[in-house]
Amino acid sequence: MPKIKPPVRTPHIDMTPMVDLFSVLLIFLLLTASFRPQEAAVITTPQSVSEKQAPDADLMTIFIAKDGKVYFNIDNGRDTSTHFRSKLLEKIGEQYKIKFTKAELSIFGTMTSFGLPIKDLKTWLNTKDSKEKEKLQTGIPTDSTDNQLAWWVREARLTNVGAEVAIKGDADTDYKTVKKIMDLLQDNKVNKFNLVTNLQKQEVALKDLPPAVK
Amino acid sequence: MAEIIQEEKGKKSGKRRPKKHSSHIDMTPMVDLMCLLITFFMLTTAFSKAKVMVITMPDKEDHNTDKTTPQISAFRTLNILLAGDNKVYYYIGMIKPKEAPPAVVKTDFSKDGIRKILLDKNRDLFTKIAEYRDKRVTGKIVVSDTTLENEIKKMKRDDKKGPIVLIKADEKAKYKDIVNIIDEMAICNIASYAIVDISQPEKDLVKNAPK
Repeated sequence: MPKIKPPVRTPHIDMTPMVDLFSVLLIFLLLTASFRPQEAAVITTPQSVSEKQAPDADLMTIFIAKDGKVYFNIDNGRDTSTHFRSKLLEKIGEQYKIKFTKAELSIFGTMTSFGLPIKDLKTWLNTKDSKEKEKLQTGIPTDSTDNQLAWWVREARLTNVGAEVAIKGDADTDYKTVKKIMDLLQDNKVNKFNLVTNLQKQEVALKDLPPAVK
Repeated sequence: MAEIIQEEKGKKSGKRRPKKHSSHIDMTPMVDLMCLLITFFMLTTAFSKAKVMVITMPDKEDHNTDKTTPQISAFRTLNILLAGDNKVYYYIGMIKPKEAPPAVVKTDFSKDGIRKILLDKNRDLFTKIAEYRDKRVTGKIVVSDTTLENEIKKMKRDDKKGPIVLIKADEKAKYKDIVNIIDEMAICNIASYAIVDISQPEKDLVKNAPK
């Protein structure tokens, strides 16, 4: 007697719920995402116990790389229609008698951190090749003869009055370099610094107190 | 649910029905794409925002017309000298010309290093704050985060016994040393500390300090 063959059916899995779930996740991530900004240099921040979060807007950041190169970044402000970056570049251009075109100003407005002398800025903005661009990033001059960082800070303070200052230094930078930047900032009436650090929990309880010596 | 009906062969009776098409859309490529996008977003999103440590430095220019510097008692002053390479020196009091230099002790950033000294010096205030925190954790007192912060601030302000720490870094010190030491201040609840420039006699002290 031949066996009764059950009718062959193609195995289907209903994927609709899965797609639904993925859509929800995707939309959630899209809406909450704040993209990791591209940074000009790799900086390993030192660790601390501080749990205070950095403000997400109205912040100017000074990056100090391991080799002492200094980079600068400022955001467009909480209300992005203020275009602080473009305004800042225009003002700096006036200081150094460099005229930036509208297109250059708007390109600069969408960028993040940079670290190069002002004379190279025009070339940098018009270069498309990312390798060429990286070559131009030689750090902002901070020596006393041509202290361009001081101008950036001063003009940035005037452009975005409410901006806070953060220093993102590499753990292995010499303190001397950081001190120089801090002095420069203090000359520009910045007395409150946010040092960007990595959170590393450490707690000391009462029992850790060394025994009292009498 | 619609499914593909296998046509039975051999039977040639009846009308020819139009072949039923499955109303299923193959969603696999869509799922693939979504997986890819989700992975991409997960990796590029900065979920954890950067943490910052706030330090406030005194204004450089002196706006006060009277030039009286605040008097601090010498025995409360704890000078910490940072010399890089995980080396920390400390001495109590101040350097007076024409007198023997104060004894310098070498220590480091480990748990039994500078922290032990700071905790020992700051015993009263630290106990006070820790007890207050314990009370909150165990539920004996119910206060909000801001009240807790304000209370601790008040305790620190009223503190009259704890050390006044002067942090001085020499040329060899790294940025992380400064962050580490400020961190120790936060861990040990030191009420008053300041970052000051190192002086020449202090540099000599470090140079001649026991290795």
